[in-house]
Amino acid sequence: MPDTPAPSPGTVTREEVRHLADLARIELSDEELDHLAPQLAVILESVTSINEVAAGDIPPTSHPLPLTNVFRDDVVRPGLTAEQALSGAPEQEQQRFKVPRILGDEQ
Amino acid sequence: MSTDLVRSTAAELADALAAGEISSVELTRAHLDRIAAVDGPVHAFLHVDADGALDSARAADERRAAGRPASPLDGVPIAVKDVMATRGLPTTCGSRILQGWLPPYDATVVARLREAGLPILGKTNMDEFAMGSSTEHSAYGPTHNPWDLDRIPGGSGGGSAAAVAAFEAPLAIGTDTGGSIRQPGAVTGTVGMKPTYGGVSRYGLVALANSLDQAGPVTRTVLDAALLHEVIGGHDPLDSTSIDQPQPALVEAAREGAGGDLAGVRVGVISQMRGEGWQPGVLARFEESVELLTKAGAEVVEVSCPTFVHALATYYLILPAEASSNLARFDAMRYGLRVLPEGITDPSAEEVMRATRDAGFGAEVKRRIILGTYALSSGYYDAYYGQAQKVRTLIGRDFARAFEQVDVLVSPTAPTTAFPIGEKVDDPLAMYLNDLATIPANLAGVPGISVPNGLADEDGLPTGFQVLAPALADDRVYRVGAALEALLQQEWGGPLIAKAPALEGDR
Repeated sequence: MPDTPAPSPGTVTREEVRHLADLARIELSDEELDHLAPQLAVILESVTSINEVAAGDIPPTSHPLPLTNVFRDDVVRPGLTAEQALSGAPEQEQQRFKVPRILGDEQ
Repeated sequence: MSTDLVRSTAAELADALAAGEISSVELTRAHLDRIAAVDGPVHAFLHVDADGALDSARAADERRAAGRPASPLDGVPIAVKDVMATRGLPTTCGSRILQGWLPPYDATVVARLREAGLPILGKTNMDEFAMGSSTEHSAYGPTHNPWDLDRIPGGSGGGSAAAVAAFEAPLAIGTDTGGSIRQPGAVTGTVGMKPTYGGVSRYGLVALANSLDQAGPVTRTVLDAALLHEVIGGHDPLDSTSIDQPQPALVEAAREGAGGDLAGVRVGVISQMRGEGWQPGVLARFEESVELLTKAGAEVVEVSCPTFVHALATYYLILPAEASSNLARFDAMRYGLRVLPEGITDPSAEEVMRATRDAGFGAEVKRRIILGTYALSSGYYDAYYGQAQKVRTLIGRDFARAFEQVDVLVSPTAPTTAFPIGEKVDDPLAMYLNDLATIPANLAGVPGISVPNGLADEDGLPTGFQVLAPALADDRVYRVGAALEALLQQEWGGPLIAKAPALEGDR
């Protein structure tokens, strides 16, 4: 988060929560921010303890199984029809998903 | 064969169907009637598909009559957690953002249930996107524990656990990311099994945290769990993390265990999972169960897994990080809710997305998405997500060391019995503590089962006993779980669930 002041790890300010919600594309009301910010601070404080646990030379685990790339034969298998794929769309037009404008005024 | 169809085990029902003593239509109707009678106050189901279930039941009866059952469980009805895509049946994940969504495809688990002939009774309630330990974070209202309707049924799969505990279904499907099958099992006096990671396909399971999620059986007996596990498990090319090797003989292991002989089995009691913060009644039942295993011939030792005390913190960094990324797909563009922001003419896609996600997600989902976004932010990544991945390695190493000494590890499944609805709903840390004992298995990908092992003295509510085994050794937890179940039932003179109070609508 380069455009917000960096507080010490384990704390989070109300402004930071607003910025994070922005990054996560969630509109939060002032009441929600008032409620969430202190809760997140408490959670972060409690998880910060793990900073002391693992030394630098411990390899990270991203996944419980040591899997490498899984390949399959390049064969045609049934997929969704256009109607099925569009069946849950909030709006559609000409067999396509219809979305709100994607560019801002300044673009 | 019990005269009361809904109180029979799935294994008994399968035998009665095979012998032609009952029909699947009769059996399915009995469960639909039971749902109609008791689900008002329990609220285990979000959707009941009576017509679809009865159609499947008729087809099952025809196959049985023709001498060609599709599987040993052909015709035995089942309930499915609402996180599994079911073609043509609403799938909401307990969220407003997916209200009314009809998936155009089946999850592999669901496809296998249909192929095996199990009529699907309906979809069960859950914490929104499986985030929670009480089912209170469902957008459609909480599920109530059949043992005490004022208490939580555990979570996130409280609906599936309550459905089997209230005799609304003999079998159910759950999913377990940090304990969501096992902890509800413990607090409702039922059996919950989390298979080895990769043992059951995740295709069509709406992802919470890909590296932790695992679907599995929710039942009233260990044998029933093994029967269901053999139907849903095994390699699936549609899930690239699915294990490509044959499953161990699970039903055989459960039957062997039921003999009650554990001679030569080495059992490790995890020393980090007792003491402060654990309810005395839970610990008392645990010690008695360990004593029973010893009497059955098991060699019991205490095993230390020192990094397990950091599992909760590790989990609450890894899970939100993965969840914040996964839930980005709910963008109001291709399916699900779309909300237009108020007071903005011609809103942009981004503004629509923000407004939709505010209206569509509940408080806990927002908390975790924001926490995950934080943990993955540049500048914090190494301190949080990166560090959590390293501790995850240490937890895996603790398991590996422990399994050099013992065949299985045991602990109480949950630190307390079911708590009152509302008590922890706005206290995230208190809620997270419920998964203290179940989370290490998810981080390491190992299998674990919860078996009912009594009622706590303080409150008369069910407690659970957890058995963990190395990855791919799911048969061991079935063997030890079935042995404990058999030994306890000898003492009780029947299953624990028989002691559950009658529900309004009974008789």
